[in-house]
Amino acid sequence: MTKLESSLLDLLKEDCRLPLEKLATMTGSTLEEVAETIDSLEKRRVILRYSPVVNWDLTDRERVEAMIEVRVTPQRDMGFDAVAARIYRFDEVKSVYLMSGAYDLLVLVEARTLRELASFVSAKLSTLELVTGTATSFVLKRYKEEGVIFEGDESDRRLVISP
Amino acid sequence: MTYDRFLNPGVVAVPPSGIRRFFDLASTMKDTISLGVGEPDFKTPYHIRNSAINSLLDGETQYTPNRGLLSLRREISRYLSDRYALSYDPGEEILVTVGASEAIDLALRAMISPGDEVLVPEPSYVSYSPSVIFAGGTPVGVVTREEDDFRLKPEHLEAAITSRTKALILPYPNNPTGGIMEKKDLEALVPLIEKHDLMVISDEIYCELIYDGKAHTSFGSLPGMLPRTITINGFSKAFAMTGWRVGYACGPKEMISVMNKIHQYGIMCAPRMGQVAAEEALRTGRENGYADVLTMRESYDRRRRLMVESFRAMGLHCFEPYGAFYVFPSIRSTGLTSEEFCSRLLMEKNVAAVPGNAFGPCGEGNIRCCYATALDKLNIALDRIAEFVREIG
Repeated sequence: MTKLESSLLDLLKEDCRLPLEKLATMTGSTLEEVAETIDSLEKRRVILRYSPVVNWDLTDRERVEAMIEVRVTPQRDMGFDAVAARIYRFDEVKSVYLMSGAYDLLVLVEARTLRELASFVSAKLSTLELVTGTATSFVLKRYKEEGVIFEGDESDRRLVISP
Repeated sequence: MTYDRFLNPGVVAVPPSGIRRFFDLASTMKDTISLGVGEPDFKTPYHIRNSAINSLLDGETQYTPNRGLLSLRREISRYLSDRYALSYDPGEEILVTVGASEAIDLALRAMISPGDEVLVPEPSYVSYSPSVIFAGGTPVGVVTREEDDFRLKPEHLEAAITSRTKALILPYPNNPTGGIMEKKDLEALVPLIEKHDLMVISDEIYCELIYDGKAHTSFGSLPGMLPRTITINGFSKAFAMTGWRVGYACGPKEMISVMNKIHQYGIMCAPRMGQVAAEEALRTGRENGYADVLTMRESYDRRRRLMVESFRAMGLHCFEPYGAFYVFPSIRSTGLTSEEFCSRLLMEKNVAAVPGNAFGPCGEGNIRCCYATALDKLNIALDRIAEFVREIG
């Protein structure tokens, strides 16, 4: 990764709405260089999407989230990839990670209601023939995501003016 | 009851800092975006904070030696040698102080007799001149100009030297201008320092915050200048440790010994937990190539470029600062004084900046804006300043 790529990723992670002009100024590059580099990062699927961090608790949308620890039987030649693919294709599934340790896949699931989520686990996930066991934990409260703290006083403690 | 009889008229006569007045004004406002701060927006790196917590849990709550923990002084010695080619003996030539501010105060008090003059380049940090006065000396301002990139020029220095001049304060990288002195600029001062037999108090607190491939040269590293230099530094800016109050002075043992005498009676020692944290900052830095400093510097540099470009896009003349974390744009073209500009900006747009004249009369016509502020806030502040400049223009 070039220094410019690294700087741009840092800046876009902080605020993906920064205009190209500002990105160019801040990295000491030309507008063209920045545009080309971002284009290349997107084409190479280094940057996949630009999406906001949302605090759903402040909206009236009904929503439940769960983290499901899944144990599976790996398949010959495919390892965990094939079964992971079966799981991540469900719309309810937001993220899937292959984990080291006591279980194999960590699956983050989102649904509108508890009933929907329960039905996903019992009807869709557990019935996959390669899944040997699941343990579902519901998310009760979200404190921090993507480096953003949702509540709590993170205000500037510095004096407004100092020498 | 009147207290005139009890108060020292020399101290009473020193005007309060221009910053203080502005602070009082800004404190009445709510939700101000402040570009008026003089400290990093980073927290002290976690491992540094943790080292102090552990030392407290281990019961390390006693005084340290007056000069500071020997282990810390050894790290300081090594740091200055590795990074700035300075050679100081941890035993006798290094004194750990309560911030670099105390170190400056001690250097002046150890040196000055009534009537002595101390040269202070301006614009510069607000406390040099008052500290000279409190020490019984006379501060003599030396103008630095934007057309010289706010560097101290030998001809201006020489013009200010008299038979009573004893020392020069060298505040680079500079607060508030962001100006730096490169090696050749410092070398040009050496003949005058020697000819007029002066000491140099080199305040290098911002030495790690220098950008665009420029390098910091320590005045004491120039040939023959080590015996004529008190090097002042600390941890506040480089390691985001302002509230810990740990700094240091290094110099010839004869000078440090007298400074230590004042320090020992007045202060005893810098706080132990701060010293422990400072030692951690240097030791870890030495081991990982000063990774914390580099990360912060890179982040400042991006914001520095943004600030300079944004002020120029507003049509204001903005000198490119290569050091510290301030920009010092000129607001002369608006027809307002620095104070008018900053007061109205605060009242009308709720953005705080510091009038340049707070840093000496020749700062008039400029304002100091600190870019050690979160990028989203910085962008809002810049938009509001641009709006303000359009409205008054």
